[in-house]
Amino acid sequence: MEFNENFILGCSAIGAGLAVIAGIGPGVGQGIAAGHAAAAVGRNPGAKSDVTSTMLLGQAVAETTGLYGLLIAMLLLFVKPLLP
Amino acid sequence: MGSNILLSAGADIDFMIHGIFSYEFFGQTVWITTTHVCVLIVLLLLIIFSIMAGRTMKRATEVPTGFQNVVEMVVEMLDKMTGSTMGKNAPKFLNYIGTIFIFILISNISGLFGLRPPTADYGVTLPLGLMTFALIHFNKFKYQKVKGVIEGLCNPWPIWAPINIIGDVAVPISLSLRLFANVLSGTVMMALVYGLLSKIAIIWPAALHVYFDLFSGAIQTYVFCMLTMTYISDAMTTE
Repeated sequence: MEFNENFILGCSAIGAGLAVIAGIGPGVGQGIAAGHAAAAVGRNPGAKSDVTSTMLLGQAVAETTGLYGLLIAMLLLFVKPLLP
Repeated sequence: MGSNILLSAGADIDFMIHGIFSYEFFGQTVWITTTHVCVLIVLLLLIIFSIMAGRTMKRATEVPTGFQNVVEMVVEMLDKMTGSTMGKNAPKFLNYIGTIFIFILISNISGLFGLRPPTADYGVTLPLGLMTFALIHFNKFKYQKVKGVIEGLCNPWPIWAPINIIGDVAVPISLSLRLFANVLSGTVMMALVYGLLSKIAIIWPAALHVYFDLFSGAIQTYVFCMLTMTYISDAMTTE
């Protein structure tokens, strides 16, 4: 069965939208990390700089999976690998 | 380009890499792109900075003044960062870590100066990840010897070896993709703001620039260097 170009582009757009749902996970994870960091600073205000740098490092690593989803969306929208 | 999808955008959304001219190289068509030009501009900046720093430090004074202050601050910051993560191995890797730190930082914030950030091209970040990969495995073989490496692969059981190999190969890919995707997302977001909202994009995009270029770029630089250092010092521990 042959599909025309617009149909494939539309499906790619839907797929891109579904791919960025991957952003939910990192959002939750970063929120948990920030919450625990806030609790740690509240318990031990002297360690604020150490806690902050550790939190940022962990958050940036947790962000990776969300960025993979974003990359898939970008590929679908702008590189258009599904077009014949 | 993507303008048929972003229908309302008009034609002035532009964050892609453009070819400038092409030449034949052993039968392959090789393009010189905007990324090459931006890398060259960044490198030129760094070379000028290095030459100036070298000339200043040749006639350094006991009490630092002016430019000497800046140079000493940069070196001390890098010294502290590597020292706190790698401990006694820090002096051996200070050069590499310092070089990639300054290069990635200047590349990431070059979006402020109207360049397309060179790190928003996978061809720039993948070599950085591969260099880290080579360093990790060179040091692994140097410090743990072949026996230790094989034991590490067969941990906890020999049947685990394929999964451990996949985990090793994923390191440079995830390192480079993380940097690339972060900078690319910032670039795309700024291009969308300037393309879609060009009528009302007067002063407030400056705040977005502070987040996407300065904050995100600095954080990703720090993360790349910290992870590189962690992986390398992980490979150097002998059991």
